[in-house]
Amino acid sequence: MHKRVIFNNRLLPYLLLLPQMMITLVFFFWPAFEAIRQSVLLQDAFGLRSEFVGFENFAHILNDPNYLTAMGVTIVFSATVTLLAMVPALLLAVLADSGIRGASLYKTLLIWPYAVAPAVAAVLWLFMAHPSIGIIGKALNAAGIAWNYQINGGQALTLVILASAWKQISYNFLFFLAGLQSIPKSVIEAAKIDGARPVRRFFTIILPLLSPTTFFLLVVNLVYAFFDTFGVIDALTKGGPGTSTVTLIYRVYIDGNHNLNLGSSSAQSVILMVIVIALTVIQFRFIEKKVHY
Amino acid sequence: MAGAGRTWVTHAGLLIGVLVFAFPIYLALIASTWDASTIGRGALPLYPGPDAWKNYSRIWSSGEVGRFGSVPVATMMGNSLIMALAIAIGKIAISIISAYAVVFFRFPLRMLCFWMIFLTLMLPVEVRIIPTYQVVVDLGLFDTRFGLVVPLIASATATLLFRQFFLTIPDELTEAAKIDGAGPVRFFIDIVLPLSRTNIAALFVILFIFGWNQYLWPLLITKSRALETVVIGITKMIGTGDAQSEWNLIMATAVLALLPPVIVVLTMQRWFVKGLVDQEK
Repeated sequence: MHKRVIFNNRLLPYLLLLPQMMITLVFFFWPAFEAIRQSVLLQDAFGLRSEFVGFENFAHILNDPNYLTAMGVTIVFSATVTLLAMVPALLLAVLADSGIRGASLYKTLLIWPYAVAPAVAAVLWLFMAHPSIGIIGKALNAAGIAWNYQINGGQALTLVILASAWKQISYNFLFFLAGLQSIPKSVIEAAKIDGARPVRRFFTIILPLLSPTTFFLLVVNLVYAFFDTFGVIDALTKGGPGTSTVTLIYRVYIDGNHNLNLGSSSAQSVILMVIVIALTVIQFRFIEKKVHY
Repeated sequence: MAGAGRTWVTHAGLLIGVLVFAFPIYLALIASTWDASTIGRGALPLYPGPDAWKNYSRIWSSGEVGRFGSVPVATMMGNSLIMALAIAIGKIAISIISAYAVVFFRFPLRMLCFWMIFLTLMLPVEVRIIPTYQVVVDLGLFDTRFGLVVPLIASATATLLFRQFFLTIPDELTEAAKIDGAGPVRFFIDIVLPLSRTNIAALFVILFIFGWNQYLWPLLITKSRALETVVIGITKMIGTGDAQSEWNLIMATAVLALLPPVIVVLTMQRWFVKGLVDQEK
């Protein structure tokens, strides 16, 4: 789609684009290029010289049991966060869309957690789950369940997942609600007249009609779980105990910032870039399809 | 009767949702009104205590929370506010003018510029953290406000959003403005900017929250505590998270840290919803 009426000016458009292009080149493309360059180089211990090693850094990472563990943690973490953030959101959206009194008040009361920073959400959950002073942690220990997320890896992962999902439900709720409201009422009325009961109506009519929203949210939530939960992990567990809550992003951060292993960290960045590009392409192909409907 | 029963279940379901969301914050609010030893004993009641004023006034002006001390929360809040506003305004400003250039002009390399902006969608800061950090250090921007804000203000989504909106501005309007002798700058200021008001407001809400909640980037780029944001500051206060920490002060800081973005969402709810939904398009 293009405009027919345009302005003629040789210099102005470049001036208007200059700030955006400068930032994009300096802080996006140059670092991305550097990541790719360093991912095929190996630096000596003093960082003075580096030699070309091809895919050695990648081979090294993909054979590193710690990296594979981080990958496993990331998969479990992302899948669970996505599920826990989407299912309750859909349920709440269905309830809020049922024509109930006070629906807009409920909506207001259900959207604000979106504004809470991931790291702050982590602090709130830490305070509840603390084994000796937290209200939930204490209750679990009193009930005979040995709860201490600081030494139990599975419990640490559970806590990080809960805090991450808690914050994301609002976002999904809003989109599911918008999706539900765009379903023509006549379709649902027709199903009612045909005698379809609410549960059946939901699974045979509403859920399929919501599938564009669901798919969109699936990608968004995976991206959220991959990248935006860094703050939750750093504030709650710092990747511990051991490496039980180290995700791929957290690993890049540790390797690059603490271990100063640039070759490995860059190769990891390149792997992550490939994942993001794949997710973005999936999302855009899907949007193109939606236009054709 | 079945209908009334169902309504009751619906209310109950929604109320459970509201409570699950609100409970962690309620607990933080309550904890911020007691003294540290009550919480440290694990004896926090579920009703407000007497120390609210003491706790909040202490963290606001003095920085003595946590093992190594910290800057006053007032300073942290100021830093967060500056960062959030600079990111939101900066992103909107550079995106709206670049979208204007791409839509209302024809010039060599136009599509290349557009695609370069578009490609940044695939390079989120988390993916290129270490090399971007190196670039910032090389440019001498480490530990400066400039280095904290500027690398974050390029925005493909905002540019695409404005482009999408500009394409809906009818050609007749541009034609009429040109006949009246308006140049591109005049047209932008008198016509395009006022028409974009709602889009700008919606984006502002989303970007303000985005900016306020930044974590990884400020963690890497700032070192001096004078530049510390409240979201970073609070995680530093926790330290190793033992029971002896001054949890009353930590929770008071948490309440202050989440208040500004939550207030923005609640008071500008309409713009917030529009901003979120627009990003999908």
